[in-house]
Amino acid sequence: MGTEEELMFRNFQRLKSYIFDDEKVSTTTSREQQKTESSVEKCFDRFEQIMFTDPRLTQIFRLEHQYYLDAMLRRLPSNYECLDSSRAWCVYWILQAAQLLSFNFDDQTLNHVVQFLSNCRSPTGGFGGGPGQYAHLAPTYAAVNSLCIIGSEQAYRAIDRPTLVQFLFSVRDSDGSFRLHVDGETDVRGAYCAISCAKLLNLPEPVIKELFAGTGDWIAQCQTYEGGFGGAPGLEAHGGYTFCGIAGLALLNEADKCDRQALLKWTLRRQMTYEGGFQGRTNKLVDGCYSFWVGATIPITQATLSGVDKQMEHTLFDVEALQEYILLCCQKQSGGLIDKPGKPQDLYHTCYTLSGVSIAQHSECASSPQVLGDTINELLPTHPLFNIPPKSVAAARSHFSNSNDTEFLGKDSPSKEES
Amino acid sequence: MGDSSDEEYLGTDWLAYSERSDWEDVQPLAQDDGPNPVVSIAYSQKFREVFDYMRAIIARGEKSQRALDLTTDALRLNPANYTVWQYRRDVLRELKADLYAELDYLTEVIGQNSKNYQVWHHRRVIVEMLNDPSNELELTENALVNDGDAKNYHAWQHRQWAIRSFNLYDDELSFVDRLISEDQRNNSAWNQRFFVIKHFGFTPELIQRELSYTMNRIRIIKNNESAWNYLVGVMRQGDSGNALLSSYPDVVDFVEELYQAGNRSPYLLAFLIDLYQEQALQLKASDSDQLARKVYGLCEDMATKHDVIRRKYWQYVANHLKNQLSTVEQK
Repeated sequence: MGTEEELMFRNFQRLKSYIFDDEKVSTTTSREQQKTESSVEKCFDRFEQIMFTDPRLTQIFRLEHQYYLDAMLRRLPSNYECLDSSRAWCVYWILQAAQLLSFNFDDQTLNHVVQFLSNCRSPTGGFGGGPGQYAHLAPTYAAVNSLCIIGSEQAYRAIDRPTLVQFLFSVRDSDGSFRLHVDGETDVRGAYCAISCAKLLNLPEPVIKELFAGTGDWIAQCQTYEGGFGGAPGLEAHGGYTFCGIAGLALLNEADKCDRQALLKWTLRRQMTYEGGFQGRTNKLVDGCYSFWVGATIPITQATLSGVDKQMEHTLFDVEALQEYILLCCQKQSGGLIDKPGKPQDLYHTCYTLSGVSIAQHSECASSPQVLGDTINELLPTHPLFNIPPKSVAAARSHFSNSNDTEFLGKDSPSKEES
Repeated sequence: MGDSSDEEYLGTDWLAYSERSDWEDVQPLAQDDGPNPVVSIAYSQKFREVFDYMRAIIARGEKSQRALDLTTDALRLNPANYTVWQYRRDVLRELKADLYAELDYLTEVIGQNSKNYQVWHHRRVIVEMLNDPSNELELTENALVNDGDAKNYHAWQHRQWAIRSFNLYDDELSFVDRLISEDQRNNSAWNQRFFVIKHFGFTPELIQRELSYTMNRIRIIKNNESAWNYLVGVMRQGDSGNALLSSYPDVVDFVEELYQAGNRSPYLLAFLIDLYQEQALQLKASDSDQLARKVYGLCEDMATKHDVIRRKYWQYVANHLKNQLSTVEQK
């Protein structure tokens, strides 16, 4: 911690003055909010009661989370049948969470992961959610991220960039938007996943220019009167889609196409006054996954403004309160993390809560990490635009920049086929 | 889930595909997980078998009634399997199937899986093929109102698509008003209201009507972010999207009266900060000082009392204004 001001847990008794007031008008929304705050209050009260006798309460349960991830990488319980089309995602959530916790799988296991993801590749390019499944942008993003986290030659070879480019063009619409798969639905997740893969794999600039012509304008249309982004033009501002929107624009260097001050204000307002975590939409409930989706949007947005505003170099959200919510309300003693008190642990929330903690701790690039609780709680950093370790981003882009000539020079131009 | 699946599997209602005479010609195709599987799911027997047959049918490209029925079984087990949904669409097209029967099927499936991307997308494709949106407003109303999730994102997305594609705007404002009346904090309903008004165009008359509508609801619940966001959002639509907050004196009076009456909702205070900040940047240096001090005072109140979790932002706003004013003075 050194000379940095030590981060403190808030005074939970004083904090109770901020508990939701329904102004004597009870609605579904207010009742659900009060119920959630009540469950969070129990966590805060319990912490206050036993924090001095149980020092583990101020800690991230590293070993338990690592065991959880290790077990899940081998075998998923039967309730994961509903994620049978998201097994590439399961790999990514596990590997990313493990990275944050400084937990390394052995080489043999990682080779098995590479083999599995290779099995998920589609003959038409891109990756499916499981072996033999059609190519889909979401598991493609997850697979590419996973292979770049692994970062071995074998892992990089598992990515067939030329056919991936064909796949990207096949799901592109003429207005610059992206379907999630051929004959699939269109929303800003598609645009973000496509842009993220293209940038991470360092596709040649002419390919990127053609592939994403009009995409920035389409994404900008998703910004709403509230300031956040919806999944498609006209839809309600939503934390997950907002991340996809601003991260996509930032990766394209087109963030100036949106109203960033309105975006920043809307995004900062997602942090819950009492709970400390983030909600995804106005008047919705706190959820651990928005620790990343909304938490990362803030430094991304600030970074795009910092060129003209030096004050933007210091992160504007309450990094202590966010870590507090995750530490005290989102950890399972048995391993894995959760959405909110009362919910079961799952891989998705484990990944995005820990990623949110990492964003909170490392969003001040110029200073040492801002860690709440024990210093052992410091996680490794994650790249806010890609959500994999920054060193994995650099290594992948370096690796693939050396491959551009041999793979694309002299080849026929990618298929312009559009669905 | 495993237990119930096994019970269903062993029950009298379910006959395993491997025991059905009309499936004898199909050799089930096991999932190719390779020699060293990872993220292996503990499939129930039924799940494993149904998808082995599904893979076999897709591999041979069979598009038949029995293939369609197989997709029904597969999608009951995993409604998120986009490959099966896509294959189902291919089969429906090949068979020139009764798409109204498909709509009935979807009404039931959506009722059970209303937060699933694939089921709503499939519905959209079928409606597009039929070019018949006559059931869509009722379907989405059921999902939003009767099924008790008035904020279901997929339902609203489907509803917006149907309204926009088939010009079904006429009654949407009254639908939205009903939902806002039931829960003024339903942000999805406010967003839909914006969607409708935007379609008709933010004329000065319509803007005034919407501002009155919103102020009347803020009078009832003063600390409702949805209403405040809508209020400012509508105000910004004036003057072709360049309107200043101060160009709406009725709203300014309304907000300042609430403040004078002692209300300290952070949304109200944020409104005043935006208002005075705009005015400070518009006026000459001598006049802006007083307004700037109001901004600094309100930001301090926010940072230390009314919106502490965002204290860094309010400190930023105050400093940002100081910088902007000093820049203005230099010009």
